Amino acid sequence: MTIDWSWIGDHTDDLTTLTVSHLQAALSAVFFGLLISLPLAVIAHRVRPLRGFLLGLSNVLFTIPSIAIFVLLLPVSGLTRTTTVIGLTVYTLVVLLRNTVEGLDSVPVKTKEAAKAMGTRPLRTLLTVELPLALPVIMAGVRIATVMSISLVSVATYIGDGGLGQLFTDGFQRNFPTPVIAGVVLTLLLAVVADALLVAVQYALTPWTRRRA
Amino acid sequence: MTLYRPGKGHPMIQFDAVHKRFPNGTTAVHDLSLRMPEGGVTVLVGSSGCGKTTTLRMINRMVDPTSGTIQVNGKDVLQQDAADLRRSIGYVIQQSGLFPHRTVLDNIATVPLLLGWGRKKARARAAELLETVGLAADAGKRYPHQLSGGQQQRVGVARALAADPPVLLMDEPFGAVDPVVRTQLQDELLRLQKELNKTIVFVTHDVDEAVRLGDQIAIFRTGGHLVQCATPAELLARPADDFVADFLGAERGLKLLSLKTLADVPQGPAPEGGAWTLVLDEARKPLHWHAAADGTEIPVRPLRDSDSLLAALNESVASPTGLTARVDAAGTLTGVSSRDDIHAHAGRAHVAARAEAQTAASVPAEAQVEA
Repeated sequence: MTIDWSWIGDHTDDLTTLTVSHLQAALSAVFFGLLISLPLAVIAHRVRPLRGFLLGLSNVLFTIPSIAIFVLLLPVSGLTRTTTVIGLTVYTLVVLLRNTVEGLDSVPVKTKEAAKAMGTRPLRTLLTVELPLALPVIMAGVRIATVMSISLVSVATYIGDGGLGQLFTDGFQRNFPTPVIAGVVLTLLLAVVADALLVAVQYALTPWTRRRA
Repeated sequence: MTLYRPGKGHPMIQFDAVHKRFPNGTTAVHDLSLRMPEGGVTVLVGSSGCGKTTTLRMINRMVDPTSGTIQVNGKDVLQQDAADLRRSIGYVIQQSGLFPHRTVLDNIATVPLLLGWGRKKARARAAELLETVGLAADAGKRYPHQLSGGQQQRVGVARALAADPPVLLMDEPFGAVDPVVRTQLQDELLRLQKELNKTIVFVTHDVDEAVRLGDQIAIFRTGGHLVQCATPAELLARPADDFVADFLGAERGLKLLSLKTLADVPQGPAPEGGAWTLVLDEARKPLHWHAAADGTEIPVRPLRDSDSLLAALNESVASPTGLTARVDAAGTLTGVSSRDDIHAHAGRAHVAARAEAQTAASVPAEAQVEA
């Protein structure tokens, strides 16, 4: 298996476009996943009876095969980016919802009591005390969801999307390994860089966790 | 210590026939009527599960009563918005309960920020309070876990004082620190209280802490019954029943002496040329007792007028001559007091406390408060 460097040199523009498109799909999925998970996690955290149901539901959704999800969505959103993002979002829920609930659970009761006793109302307590303290656990979920989404985007090649995944079909159809290798390397690079950036974001957002006595 | 006398201040906090039953059926507080005077320290004591913490938490609506009324500064707490009420009352929580993700300065600024003071003004106030509670200015930039337990408690007190509330609730605030630090924190609280004159409600299970800090002490029994509420001296001199007597312990007579100073005990010149000599340094500060016979040296702990009769009694027992060395504020010897004089004063302190308790008991509680 040799790499045809001239092909890569001739296709840098295409590779860049595909990489950006790939990243866009994955990040949109994580973004919408968080948007859906946060309120659901607050509900699951506050209303105990709903907790098992919501977490169970996110597990069940995760077990649906990706192709099945895309096929089911075709009548609704067709062969579009929207279909890709919806499909990927569904998969992020399993990690994001569970980690957000666990993050909220990990906030010490004493600290919540203190906020209440100082006269902080519930919504403000959630935004300024509970979510910040849950952040390390939530961020762990965001990192997994991000890496998972980056690797999953390729599946959307079936519906004509799929970012870097298109390189795999291209290489396979022409029995030409270079695009496949380029796609794999770029996907890995994306995952590693995105994860490192998230670690940096978490570091910046949680100054209290890094200063030791 | 006791600037406040019961009956002087009007009740800042008033419980009337308050009951609290929890959904699981346990009665936490049973038919409680209690007045907490303005500018005084009311200590709630009792073993765990006696309802003292529930009583405290009903004042700022962390718990709502099942029946009865609670008034703070003449206003029924149930008629007020709970969050607004809590912002107007300082609360020091067990084991400090600081926000781990906020700097010390921002922890202290919590209530001012909730009240909409603006960040700059709130932080300036917080910096001022750091000094008030005896912390260095650079502690403000640190996070709570970087401080010692005692320092965290100081931050907890500063946070409660931030918006200058007239009422301070303290729920076993010094329970988790070691005895030396606890004594320091108690001293600081008494010093602060002299300046600030807050109405303080203090929960503890430590009788000594109650006697030390309280202007009045309310003793609770399991099942949420208030057994007795009186000044420390009255309580120690005339416990209402065996439960209170047991709770105060076998040394309650000695605890009473911790409330009196030895200022009135007469003193004479230090003995010279006898079996024991009190050796002084060149500044006339006592060093130790010296035996003429064999040169033995026994340490001396000189006492000031502000020290307690209990300390004097202890020193008179430990001293080889039965004499207690007395010094002025500078530590210079002013004279010695005999064991007999100290004992006589200790006895008189008891007689006086009993008589006082008798008078207080003969005045109806209502009249005492309205007076």
